[in-house]
Amino acid sequence: MTDSSFQLKGSVVTTVLLDIQKFSLDDIIFHLKEKIEQVPHFFNQAPVIVDISKTKESIQLDQFEALIEALNALNLGVIGWRCDPARLPDWKATVTIPLLPASKARAINAESGAKSSDQQDVVVKKIVEERVVSHSSKVITKPIRSGQQVYSEGDLIVLAQVSEGAEVLADGNIHVYGALRGRALAGVKGDKNARIFCKSLEAELVSIAGNFMLSDALQKSIWKDSAQVLLNDENLDVVPL
Amino acid sequence: MAKIIVVTSGKGGVGKTTSSAAIGTGIALKGHKTVIIDFDVGLRNLDLVMGCERRVVYDFVNVINKEATLSQALIKDKRTKDLFILPASQTRDKDALTIEGVQQVLEDLAKEFDYIICDSPAGIEKGAQMALYFADVAIVVTNPEVSSVRDSDRILGILQSKSKRAEEGKEPIEEHLLLTRYHPERVAQGEMLSVSDVEDILAIPLLGVIPESEAVLKASNQGTPVILDEEADAGFAYTDAVDRLMGEERPLRFLEVQKKGFMKRLLGG
Repeated sequence: MTDSSFQLKGSVVTTVLLDIQKFSLDDIIFHLKEKIEQVPHFFNQAPVIVDISKTKESIQLDQFEALIEALNALNLGVIGWRCDPARLPDWKATVTIPLLPASKARAINAESGAKSSDQQDVVVKKIVEERVVSHSSKVITKPIRSGQQVYSEGDLIVLAQVSEGAEVLADGNIHVYGALRGRALAGVKGDKNARIFCKSLEAELVSIAGNFMLSDALQKSIWKDSAQVLLNDENLDVVPL
Repeated sequence: MAKIIVVTSGKGGVGKTTSSAAIGTGIALKGHKTVIIDFDVGLRNLDLVMGCERRVVYDFVNVINKEATLSQALIKDKRTKDLFILPASQTRDKDALTIEGVQQVLEDLAKEFDYIICDSPAGIEKGAQMALYFADVAIVVTNPEVSSVRDSDRILGILQSKSKRAEEGKEPIEEHLLLTRYHPERVAQGEMLSVSDVEDILAIPLLGVIPESEAVLKASNQGTPVILDEEADAGFAYTDAVDRLMGEERPLRFLEVQKKGFMKRLLGG
């Protein structure tokens, strides 16, 4: 595979869905211009999908092409179109942009100021497709030595010690089944429910979602004994296990 | 298949070269054909400790650069059969070592020798990384004090991440702890870390404890490996360490505060 000059990958991008309810070119362009002026950065070169599934009247090819041309002139990039599969126009093959399969996504109404009923003819909807990625935990079986750094996107489980001068970080919880002598930072992406568990607490620093505690303070609570560290409001609690 | 042993520590002055000389000699005394390579290019200490500094003509860097053959550069030890030394160059720096060059030399040596001891320079830079890269076994030399222990911990991390075995995902390097310059009196007074403190922090098996001894300095100055000193406890401790390295069981000695008459008792049998 390495000698290939390209790789094929799947990708998910946020696109703007122009969901047309009533086909009126001037109306659409007029209201769209208004929207673009509110947030010009968002719409600059934004990929757009034109959806005509909800239009009741039939649209002619020249009308449709004029719409695409007008959208491109507004600095939008039309990447495809959608139509009700039961009512596909007979010119469907002559359009240069790809026909996309019908949407299953739930539409989010991005309308802000427009309240009058006639403006509802044109609704710009933004579809954000999110991938739910569950991060599995990382298990380390060997000691983490001074100068080493280990990061887990989920939980981090260390079955050995974490030496002084080493650093362990996790988006989730941190478990150390050995002495924790280095620095441990749980919930680094802001998860306030993350906790740190260890068999012997001798850490230089413990932190949960950015709230930290140094060894001086730790020595006054639990030291060289099994403990868990959790966040209570803005304070770290060190509790025996 | 030759076994490549690196003697390393991170920190300087803890006894790497002394230990390389002693352990190399100890292994050769057991009848295994052994070579000790000085990786400390630019400083060159091993030949002094081994007492062969006047016989150095070609060195490790000459061999890497193909300016000399291995047999020209290898120095045969006069005292111990089966022991050879490959000295370092004093007029070069550590950049003269290349991975390919070192690999070639080690491969050539492996055809003839049973054990290849790599005496690492101090630090964690190129020279030290080159010395440990091809190792099968690592002897981590540590003094019972916090900075030395911390540096040893750092070098253990490098052994696990930057060695050839680690990069190729093979079985990790076999690690051994050698505690040198141990002073039982000062440990008893709480001035030094104890054996168990160091073992607890580094969490690797203990190969041996070498007591602080005047014999070590004397041996270095005379150019005789301390293991050959038949009166020094440091010499006995190294012999024990070599036995353990070869898989034999030996109880730890010289950990207690010495009572008066200890030497007498030892010599008198």
